[in-house]
Amino acid sequence: MAKIVGRVWKYGDDVNTDVIFPGKYTYTVTDPAEMARIAMEDLDADFAKNVQPDDIVVAGKNFGCGSSREQAAFCLKYAGVGAVVARSFSRLYFRNCINAGLPALTLPESADIFVAGERIEIDLSAGTIQCQAGLFHFPPLPEAVIGIFNDGGLIPHTRKALGIDS
Amino acid sequence: MGKTFAEKVLGQKAGKNVVPGEIVEVKPDIAMSHDNTAAISKTFKEIGVAKIDDPNRHVIVLDHCVPAANEKFAQNHKDIRAFVAEQGIPNFFDIDRGICHQVLPEEGFALPGYLMVGSDSHSTTYGAFGALATGIGRSEMAVIFATGKIWLRVPETMKIIVKGRLPKWISSKDVMLKIMGDLSADGGLYKSVWFTGPAIAEMSVSSRMVLTNMAVEFGAKNGYMEPDDQTLAFLKGRARAPFTVVTSDPDAELESVHEFDVSDLEPLVACPHSVDNVKPVSAVKGTRIDQVFFGSCTNARIEDFEIVAGVMKGKRVHPSCRMVVIPASRQVFLEALAKGYIQILGEAGATIVNSGCGPCMGNHEGILAPGERVLSTSNRNFKGRFGCKDSEIYLCSPLTAAASALTGEISDFREHL
Repeated sequence: MAKIVGRVWKYGDDVNTDVIFPGKYTYTVTDPAEMARIAMEDLDADFAKNVQPDDIVVAGKNFGCGSSREQAAFCLKYAGVGAVVARSFSRLYFRNCINAGLPALTLPESADIFVAGERIEIDLSAGTIQCQAGLFHFPPLPEAVIGIFNDGGLIPHTRKALGIDS
Repeated sequence: MGKTFAEKVLGQKAGKNVVPGEIVEVKPDIAMSHDNTAAISKTFKEIGVAKIDDPNRHVIVLDHCVPAANEKFAQNHKDIRAFVAEQGIPNFFDIDRGICHQVLPEEGFALPGYLMVGSDSHSTTYGAFGALATGIGRSEMAVIFATGKIWLRVPETMKIIVKGRLPKWISSKDVMLKIMGDLSADGGLYKSVWFTGPAIAEMSVSSRMVLTNMAVEFGAKNGYMEPDDQTLAFLKGRARAPFTVVTSDPDAELESVHEFDVSDLEPLVACPHSVDNVKPVSAVKGTRIDQVFFGSCTNARIEDFEIVAGVMKGKRVHPSCRMVVIPASRQVFLEALAKGYIQILGEAGATIVNSGCGPCMGNHEGILAPGERVLSTSNRNFKGRFGCKDSEIYLCSPLTAAASALTGEISDFREHL
């Protein structure tokens, strides 16, 4: 698995799906580029304008709480985000990240150790994050779901499992 | 060592003994989707399977923007009707039926011992009937359409014992706000939350649904109550299939046990912008409100109408305040009509609209303007939830909502009864 090197966008605890991808768009916005432009609209108006490929979102506890809407995971992926690191994730958000093929990494030290804007390096194979504060280890994804992630998300994984894609 | 409810239901579906933390591939008994079925059907087609795995396991309810507010929502509904016809899905409820989490129980789909999933976070509601019920994402529902299966992690169990006797007029909404205020918005993260105790036993089935509906608001995978005589009476003549009640063994391992005594509980309000920002109504009374929303899958059932109409009979919504009323389902609407509650609310100046989710996720029927404040009987007060990020949402019981509609400010109903 690749290394992800990007700048840190730092947020707090309990960031909910409504501020990541507002409910009013859930039935009217489906185009990936448009979804990327909405990402974090009610949390941080600068995010979508300035996010660059492989940038990394870091947060405190319970990231992605609230709705089941998977657009809240996909919009970050479409915006180019390389990974999301949080002290904990809501279960629905965590599932949606795996299903979108977006790394969702649980790190007990998040987000305190990170400095907004700093460049960090995530090694998915080694399970490490290198930042200014040092080298930190995150637990691997559960064995049973790592295949979904490695196949690029749930839909490609399902096509492969059904023998539609070899 | 005995087994918990969650271990038993998931173990039975997986065909083996399971322990918390284990991930199993299982086939849910019921899979619910709503207006997001159009997007799900497109993802289903991307998978490349022509026919869905089992049309009888799916229930589709249009509720998130009903009737359609604009051309895009209308096209969305049209696409769903076409998909339902193409795939021969028998359990389809169009825009006239109500909110999915009310309709599934009314129609007898929510059953004890069932494994139920829905592409909506509040699918936890069905746990009030002894089902293991949880929310999933759109892609996951598309895969269930294709294969019938989903992966689930076996959750640890948190037992919440609600003791004592609720003071008159204090509702299950106040109880749930108390639990979440104390345990915080991630207090139940990943857990199977078992609500039990004498105060739960005394609650109606509708009141219990408030707790399981909001279980997701403090992170739970599912919330449930063990079925009792009340549950079984509700299901009689309604259940769509035979079922077996599943309960935790007395010696099953619990991750934690929390006790709440509600004998002296006050009316509570969740303040912006988080459901665990809970204060007694006395701390926020006098806060001016622009709108009261009496609706949602949390608190818009007939017992709620009885309370709200009782308070508002012969009175008027305060001139500085609007009141939007949405019955949870057509059944609730018709019963409220027959009992005169709709007449009372109409005469009081409330705006009554079709059963559905309404403004609760910012789609239509009561969106706020910048600087406005709503007091709502719904379940979520995140910034922007009512369609405008510069507005404020307070959550409360139907009784607190009704008393406040009359004064135009957050009010303690005990001073007005």
